[in-house]
Amino acid sequence: MATKGIRIEGLRKRYGSGDTAVDALKGVDMHVEPGEVVGLIGPSGSGKSTLLKSLGAVIDPTAGRMTLGDEVIYEQGWKVPDLRALRRDRIGFVFQAPYLIPFLDVTDNVALPPMLAGLPNTEARKRAQDLLTALDVRHRAQAMPSQLSGGEQQRVAIARGLVNRPPVILADEPTAPLDSQRAMAVIRILNDMARKYETAIIVVTHDEKIIPTFKRIYHIRDGVTHEEAGEGRGFE
Amino acid sequence: MISLAGRDILHAWGKFVFTGVGLGLLIGVTLVMAGVYRGMVDDGKALLDNSGADLWVVQQDTLGPYAESSSLKDDLYRTILAMPGVARAANVTYLTMQVRQGERDVRAMVVGAAAGAPAGTPGTPPYLVAGRQFTRGHYEAVADMATGFKLGDTIRIRRNQYTVVGLTRRMVSSSGDPMVFIPLKDAQEAQFLKDNDAIWQSRRRTEANPAINRPGASGVLDAVLASQSSNNFVNAILVRLEPGADPDEVARTIYRWKRLTVYTRAQMEDILVGKLIATSARQIGMFLVILAVVSAAIVAFIIYTLTMDKIREIAVLKLIGTRNRTIAAMIMQQALALGAIGFAVGKITATFAAPLFPKYVLLVPQDSIAGFFAVMAICALASVVAIRMALRVDPAEAIGG
Repeated sequence: MATKGIRIEGLRKRYGSGDTAVDALKGVDMHVEPGEVVGLIGPSGSGKSTLLKSLGAVIDPTAGRMTLGDEVIYEQGWKVPDLRALRRDRIGFVFQAPYLIPFLDVTDNVALPPMLAGLPNTEARKRAQDLLTALDVRHRAQAMPSQLSGGEQQRVAIARGLVNRPPVILADEPTAPLDSQRAMAVIRILNDMARKYETAIIVVTHDEKIIPTFKRIYHIRDGVTHEEAGEGRGFE
Repeated sequence: MISLAGRDILHAWGKFVFTGVGLGLLIGVTLVMAGVYRGMVDDGKALLDNSGADLWVVQQDTLGPYAESSSLKDDLYRTILAMPGVARAANVTYLTMQVRQGERDVRAMVVGAAAGAPAGTPGTPPYLVAGRQFTRGHYEAVADMATGFKLGDTIRIRRNQYTVVGLTRRMVSSSGDPMVFIPLKDAQEAQFLKDNDAIWQSRRRTEANPAINRPGASGVLDAVLASQSSNNFVNAILVRLEPGADPDEVARTIYRWKRLTVYTRAQMEDILVGKLIATSARQIGMFLVILAVVSAAIVAFIIYTLTMDKIREIAVLKLIGTRNRTIAAMIMQQALALGAIGFAVGKITATFAAPLFPKYVLLVPQDSIAGFFAVMAICALASVVAIRMALRVDPAEAIGG
């Protein structure tokens, strides 16, 4: 099995062409090791979302190289034939709002990605319930998303991001709608899950409360990243 | 894989059911419209069936007696009766008018038929549900149940009053008006009956004509006046053939010897369905097309709106790896479910509403089956717009910024 983690080298993204061209990413370098949670912070318009979309294989970078585990997935074009399968099987997503599917109960929200990957329903649900147990929301397994609190919804969303055991999780402002206590709980869960499943997690955030918890932080400004050591404080 | 469409429908079943009920009422109207057309055709066929005729002998070069007026001398039936292959022949008149009963009047087709004729004579009611056939030559009537008349009721046709002595059922004109049968002589009189002033004026004019009122030839004037105040015409002669007789051959014989137009059952059916109700059928056809287009537009709008409400969910589904065909199937299944709900409601509505219509509405299973598939096809087609929109949703929309 390939080693996990993600490495990005010289990633560029240009929108438009000619005089109206905008360089959103101007050569981003970053790497995240398996089991590590890093922060990606920067002001609005700095290129955070573009970087996240490039990593999530929903937009095409203009240049650079991306390596997932020991497989090059992008270098002068995508090297994987099916980006949908790449997103489904090897990249997990956690959004600012949980964006749970409102007409599926908690279990099926989490079980949906493995079902889409072809896992039998019973096995997918078993895997979902294991994760819900790990995230302490097993007791809400039959509830509909509208019946959950904000913190519970976010934990279910994290479970959905983890359920296919992807090597990378991209978390876009996962604590934005939560109060300090719940935000800290979510970061603790992400760290626990990163360690437990050897997952590399990139957390895009503006949240001052959680920034001190990262051991490594990437600052992005004008499409360029700068790495710095974080405080790596506890989660209390 | 779980059914995303089924889960979405169960989650928002109220919205689906109420939308389906609205659509169902529209489909119900469409089914009733089709039933109205079927009812018109069936009325036409009932008219032919109940006349008991194999051939219709009418005035030359007319489409009578139902689609055009036709006039024949009432003694012609005797010569037709003598022709080979003819078992029975009977005069008949048809006149659509308002028949009064007390303070109310009923639109009906007044049929003049031979009084006291043996059972099975063409033109007479083939069966009764109450009472008896009229046996007297005057002032007795047999009415269709749909007129609302009862046995013993006194009804008025022109100046004369008739007693209802029998009731029959499903005896209607091609336009669905119930029939009232009266003796032929009364019907002939009713067709051409003038008011007293008009008769008096007519006599005065005739008497003033020196060519007719000649001195020493008073018999001429009397004869002319008598012919003016009597009617010995009928609209058609209905012919029942002997068993094994070829209708076309007998028709050709009658035409050759009597120079009258003769229609067989098939030809008369063509006239009724192809000519008499053709315009109405086209009108109904136009309504059906409009209703189908409106239904399609409504389904398309509803499914489009429901899909628009799920744009973010669709983006998330695509981001986590859902295939386009899974999303398309979800939308199409919802459209088909909506159509199925709508059709069920429409069918129930049409079934219960049909008897309330003043004209006969005939709901046939073939129309329901065709309607079901048409609704499904319309719903599938209507979902295409929403599917196209859903497939264009960028999974990047699920990621902020």
